[in-house]
Amino acid sequence: MFGKLSLDSIPYHEPIIMVTAAVIGIVGALIVGLITYYRKWGYLWSEWITSIDHKKIGVMYFLVALVMLIRGFADAIMMRTQQAIAAGGAEGYLPPEHYDQIFTAHGVIMIFFVAMPMVIGLMNLVVPLQIGARDVAFPFMNNLSFWLFAVGVILVNMSLVIGEFAKTGWLAYAPLSELKYSPGVGVDYWIWALQISGIGTTLTGINFFVTILKMRTKGMSLFRMPIFTWTALCTNVLIILSFPILTVTIALLTLDRYLGMHFFTNDMGGSQMMYVNLIWAWGHPEVYILILPAFGVFSEVIATFTKKRLFGYKTMVWATVVIAFLSFTVWLHHFFTMGAGADVNSFFGIATMIIAIPTGVKIFNWLFTMYRGRIQFTTPVLWTIGFIITFTLGGMTGVMLAVPGANFVLHNTLFVIAHFHNVIIGGVVFGMMAGFTYWFPKAFGFTLSEKWGKRSFWCWLIGFYVAFMPLYALSFFGAMRRMQSYEQTEWQPLMIVAWFGAVIIACGIACIVIQLVVSIRDREKNRDLTGDPWDGRTLEWSTSSPPPNYNFAYLPDVASIDSYWEMKQQPGGFKRELATKFEDIHMPRNTAEGPILSLFALLFGFALIWHIWWLAGLGAIGMFVTFMFRIFNNDTDYHVSAAEVEKTEREYHKRLEIQA
Amino acid sequence: MNDSHTSHDGTSHGSHKSYTVGLILSIALTLAAFGVVMLGKFSILATAITVIVTAVVQVLVQLILFMHLEFRTQQGRESGGFFVFTAVIIGLIVGGSLWIMHHLRLNLM
Amino acid sequence: MATDTIKQHDAHAHDGHEHHDAGAMKIFGFWIYLMSDLVIFGTLFATFGVLANATAGGPTSQEIFELPFVLVETFLLLISSFTFGLAVLAQNAGDRGAVLKWLAVTFLLGFGFVAMEVYEFHNLIAEGYGPDRSAFLSAFFTLVGTHGLHVTFGLIWIAIMFFQISKRGLDSVTKPRMLCLSLFWHFLDIVWICVFSFVYLIGAM
Repeated sequence: MFGKLSLDSIPYHEPIIMVTAAVIGIVGALIVGLITYYRKWGYLWSEWITSIDHKKIGVMYFLVALVMLIRGFADAIMMRTQQAIAAGGAEGYLPPEHYDQIFTAHGVIMIFFVAMPMVIGLMNLVVPLQIGARDVAFPFMNNLSFWLFAVGVILVNMSLVIGEFAKTGWLAYAPLSELKYSPGVGVDYWIWALQISGIGTTLTGINFFVTILKMRTKGMSLFRMPIFTWTALCTNVLIILSFPILTVTIALLTLDRYLGMHFFTNDMGGSQMMYVNLIWAWGHPEVYILILPAFGVFSEVIATFTKKRLFGYKTMVWATVVIAFLSFTVWLHHFFTMGAGADVNSFFGIATMIIAIPTGVKIFNWLFTMYRGRIQFTTPVLWTIGFIITFTLGGMTGVMLAVPGANFVLHNTLFVIAHFHNVIIGGVVFGMMAGFTYWFPKAFGFTLSEKWGKRSFWCWLIGFYVAFMPLYALSFFGAMRRMQSYEQTEWQPLMIVAWFGAVIIACGIACIVIQLVVSIRDREKNRDLTGDPWDGRTLEWSTSSPPPNYNFAYLPDVASIDSYWEMKQQPGGFKRELATKFEDIHMPRNTAEGPILSLFALLFGFALIWHIWWLAGLGAIGMFVTFMFRIFNNDTDYHVSAAEVEKTEREYHKRLEIQA
Repeated sequence: MNDSHTSHDGTSHGSHKSYTVGLILSIALTLAAFGVVMLGKFSILATAITVIVTAVVQVLVQLILFMHLEFRTQQGRESGGFFVFTAVIIGLIVGGSLWIMHHLRLNLM
Repeated sequence: MATDTIKQHDAHAHDGHEHHDAGAMKIFGFWIYLMSDLVIFGTLFATFGVLANATAGGPTSQEIFELPFVLVETFLLLISSFTFGLAVLAQNAGDRGAVLKWLAVTFLLGFGFVAMEVYEFHNLIAEGYGPDRSAFLSAFFTLVGTHGLHVTFGLIWIAIMFFQISKRGLDSVTKPRMLCLSLFWHFLDIVWICVFSFVYLIGAM
């Protein structure tokens, strides 16, 4: 009846897990209780859960990402603590099978459920505003994407309490992930969480690609688009063309595990290296999916806070495009040591090094933008400068790893760990935090506390160096990655330093939380009444903060790059005049089909993990029926009446007058 | 939406003639490839090249005559361009995988 | 109703830009989806290419492929691609009856194709050459089966389309959907050309 699921699936004997589960349970009950007490369920349902408003979906993505950041970081500090104590025969406090789950969960969560939703969240919030659109191309699909992603998040968190998570490392290399060596449900959790959320990601990629190509406002040619939109465009191309590879790879592993096929098994002709080959054919573009939008954020931030047009706009665009293309030509550098010949290795090594060239172009563009600018050292700028230094360093260790000869020594050591944290923390995390601080007032109508933002930045920056520089050093002494314990007591001091670095980063995360609390408390003091708190350059700053659900009462006309800035420079400046005549605005309607379909997807995934076949059938039928409802639903859009638009706009202008 | 819309979106051109020509060409190319393999009178290389060439030509025939791939309109350039880019990336992935795994096999033998 | 809202909307010169191409935008979006689907097939082809000789003592492709049978399958699908083209032409002419007729013909041809494939798979499995016999057979069943699954979804879609068009006629909702479906159907035929050539013909050599 319940497949492999039974009461024994819950790890009662693991105190760490049970305490965590208890905390999650209590906090969850508290939140549910508060929502019920304040009677906010209806509001949540109609304003958020069923919302097709890209701004709200963006906020939800980012919120989930921040929560998951805390979960993923908890895994990180547990690993650091383990390695700080488990030296010279000491076993530490995490048994191997638990430790293995933790490093797997850490990687999966940080990439798929923190970095990706941050990137996609920012894209949701910003791209339609930057191109002067009222929504995305396929609003229902956008809502569905978010909820499919949420299903992945829920499955990963369920694995904490019900059953186990994979012990295979974040990419679940075969044949370790095959049924023979991983008979438990851990890998199945991994499979279905990634498969379902990955489909959501692919849909997002298609959605935003079409949005950017088809919904730009009048006059906004491709080469007048803001850089963030450009990077989002390239990222979406990468999503569209690389996520299907992941889908197939995971599907083939699924067939091996569920139907006894032999794609990646040891026997019957299976090829484990084909798994590694395929997963990295997706995996390498994936890292550029994450970093390109971060590059976009830095470009916007630097131009805004130096009050200069970005240096070398066109080279920046072309560098982005070239990086996006090259990202498909380098995947073998993740497995130089597998035994392909010297010519294969040298081809991919050289291709990898070539990527450093367009990246260097970008670095110089940012530096030249700052050169002789009047830099305002706000929090987003600090993140940006921290990024330029840290990322350059990480990029150089990347070039070192790209040398096949050196790679044979460094492969699977802590050097790799230090390198990719160097670029992912220094690039993606810093970028997303810069974007978070920069666009927060646009989403909520008040600015974040600068004081706590800067504290967070310094903790992250210092914490990063203290945590990861020792790992570079340790790798030269031969320390491998994913060690549950090690013999060499002489490594321990550096491991303790690294642990201390993680503690500093913990302070950085705490500062983000405090920053949010303080800023919400003081929101009346920090209101952004104009909608343009930073004296910005791009269209999102030309509308109110937060923008009305239709974004723009009138779609703006664009005549140049940074056209909003150019309008402000005209004699007399940009006037936010109230229009004399308003028109109905055509908007999509909220829809319950996305969350309901995803709920069935959750049942479907959970049932397949536990081999509860009837429930899987039920989930599949539920998804199909919900989708049919959507197809035959004719009531998908409506008009915001001219009177309502006028009322909203008048209120905004009243606020403007009060401030003036 | 009226008919003029559907005709400038680049996907509903086509006439009775184009579909018929496409069908006849496709049948001919399929039979050619099939015949060459079934006869088995040519060298392996010549047979393989014939099969590959007829396949590529038939894919192009159907792309142009059935799916109306073109580069004349804005829409056509966007969808056609993205198709070309996709094809290049698939070429990289398929070609790269075969190359890598072939080398691996040689080295492990 | 949706037609009315869009027409009404077109009257607004100022914000017409955003929605008046809704149908064209859907078709473009669907095309982009097809490209991602193409990557799925590309990856499966790569896998098949790598594993084609990994027969693990099981049957080789020369032993199990029956080309004349597959040729009939190929023609069924090819002709169905043509008849779908006729359905689109009928739609352009506004002839609902002809659209439904050609949809039905396409469905039958597609159904014949799937039935033949199921028969082929059934025979192989009955002989002990199922997908769990060797890596080659895993890759073969998965590549061909994924295509077959797509065709099956296409059949379901055709059935829904048939129902929807007979119910509400050719309007701003059904017409773009028909065009998307036509792209999907032609796309599947193109993928099949590659399966026929690179899996069956080359494999049988």
